[in-house]
Amino acid sequence: MTVSINEVSASPGFGHDLPPHTLRDMLRYMMLARALDERMWVLNRAGKAPFVISCQGHEAAQVGAAFALSRGKDFILPYYRGLATVLVMGMTPTEVMLGLFARATDPSSGGRQMPAHYGCRRLKIVTQSSPVGTQIAHAAGIGLAEKIKGGDAVAWVSFGEGTTSQGDFHEALNLAAVHRLPVIFQCENNEYAISVHQRQQMAVASVADRGPAYGIPGISVDGTDVLAVYEVTRRAVERARRGDGPTLIEARVVRMTAHSSDDNDRTYRPPHEIALVRHQDPIVRFVAQLREHGILSEAEEREMRAEVAAIVNQATEEAERAPMPEPETLYDHVYAPPRQRR
Amino acid sequence: MPEMNLLEAIRQGLDEAMAADARVFIFGEDVGKRGGVFRVTEGLYDKYGPMRVIDSPLAESVIVGACIGAAMNDMLPIAEIQFADFIAPAFNQIVQEAARIHYRSNGDWEVPLVIRVPYGGGIHGALYHSQSVEAFFAHVPGLKVVTPSTPYDAKGLLKSAIEDPNPVLFLEHKKTYRLIKGFVPEEDYRVPIGPADIKRPGEDISVFAYGLMLHYCLEAAQTLAAEGVSVEVIDLRTLRPLDTETILASVRRTGKALIVHEDNLFGGFGGEVAAIIAEHAFEYLDGPVMRIGGPDVPAMPFAHSLEAAFMPSPASIAAAMRRLAAY
Repeated sequence: MTVSINEVSASPGFGHDLPPHTLRDMLRYMMLARALDERMWVLNRAGKAPFVISCQGHEAAQVGAAFALSRGKDFILPYYRGLATVLVMGMTPTEVMLGLFARATDPSSGGRQMPAHYGCRRLKIVTQSSPVGTQIAHAAGIGLAEKIKGGDAVAWVSFGEGTTSQGDFHEALNLAAVHRLPVIFQCENNEYAISVHQRQQMAVASVADRGPAYGIPGISVDGTDVLAVYEVTRRAVERARRGDGPTLIEARVVRMTAHSSDDNDRTYRPPHEIALVRHQDPIVRFVAQLREHGILSEAEEREMRAEVAAIVNQATEEAERAPMPEPETLYDHVYAPPRQRR
Repeated sequence: MPEMNLLEAIRQGLDEAMAADARVFIFGEDVGKRGGVFRVTEGLYDKYGPMRVIDSPLAESVIVGACIGAAMNDMLPIAEIQFADFIAPAFNQIVQEAARIHYRSNGDWEVPLVIRVPYGGGIHGALYHSQSVEAFFAHVPGLKVVTPSTPYDAKGLLKSAIEDPNPVLFLEHKKTYRLIKGFVPEEDYRVPIGPADIKRPGEDISVFAYGLMLHYCLEAAQTLAAEGVSVEVIDLRTLRPLDTETILASVRRTGKALIVHEDNLFGGFGGEVAAIIAEHAFEYLDGPVMRIGGPDVPAMPFAHSLEAAFMPSPASIAAAMRRLAAY
């Protein structure tokens, strides 16, 4: 099978026929993710949150993709930068903050995992760990189960470009390709795996170049363009639901922060690059696009920012008030209890 | 009640589980048309088709990883790792993922997964087709580790493992596959995961084993009986969870304990059993807690002379029983 690598850029009809309110919704989620993320850093520097890992700069890639998926039906396996993804898929800002503060009612783990290890069975957000790439194999397995069952849900999994060096990336793409499984592999390429640049991670120019090696489409898309990501994901979802198999999408994004709150990217990133990244902000870009097309007025933008700020304040307060896990719950859920035989 | 070997009992268990529940499927190398390199899944491909008996790519990590994903999408996968010696690439998926998913999600997600693993030596498998891997995995909370040694137990434990909502490592000793025969009832039954089984009651010493070594211990116990020593042989059957009650009750009666496994001694499973006995039955002991295991060399060599030197034997076990009985 020969597969060409498509470069998807600005489309002829703005917004891919999405209604204006949906476009504004997309922006609202991007702003919400950013505001929550920024608040987490403030809380970290104030000594209230021991660890933060960011999605700043990835919002368009995540929101664009998530809007092409079906909430509550499709399985989502986001990696630790997936804040905007899980917000779109239904996790509330308060729930996100409960995770940051490691509270008992944190839906991802009840305060057991580091923040940003998202999971929620009700929302089909699959629990994540810290060893990178393991979730890619799970996504292939979810797709395999779907094929066995004859269902039409898809599994959408995200990871950074550094993770593509892991064996699980290769094994999972190969399996999904062999069985034409309904899986969408989204690599959010921000060019850095902590401090190591993409050049030292791979010899190909684009992660998407690897798709054809597995016999599947590899698509590279500007991951700071929310509508471009939406469109390539929508096509990948259609393809997957049709039974035509998986797609590898590389969303080229920017990392606007250090790797995590414990990192200092000034030790390895040139100053001009850090400055440049600030000018590639996907939210600034989308606001300008919407403004240009008369979909968002200045007043509406102001209102949206105020609304988002209020949500973040409320989420922070609610989560901070929530109780810590009781020490005696340490032994809970080591093993699942036996269940009724069907 | 038909008599069959251990391999046939496992195959029958797989067959019945697949017939009873459409969510059960098998995923592993050569499990399809070939029926597995040991022929455990023989006939199942023809009966259930290529979507339920699936030949995987030659990649252990995704064999387990994909089965974890399938388990989280409401299936009951049975992964086959062709030889225990090849399980290392899947260690991350088994230990970091399968074993921790229920705990790390605070009980939200479950991984009902069985990983079938042929293990053990004495079959001219050399370094990389003879290994015992139970100690690596029995260390991990969140995993269950099952080591049947008879056809009856193998089939009953397999069904329990498939119905268990947790990941279960199901270790099948390769040499017992065709060597060990036994009666298996025609009616549906389960052997619960957890309880050990007293395979031979005795008065003078307690011996704990599993897999092939259980049979060597029974043979040695027979020899000792002729010498007037009454040996109790307990089949641990499940290493995790471990039936400490049965272990301690036996030692408290006999006052003497010997643990036998084929895996090498240092850091082996016998150390855990010995520690439990030392901690909780110390005042009942009339002799040292003894262990027999494989030698601390990297793995089992190919040459017959070296393989024989590696394997604990009924004779070496009988000798240890005599030493212990003499206290």
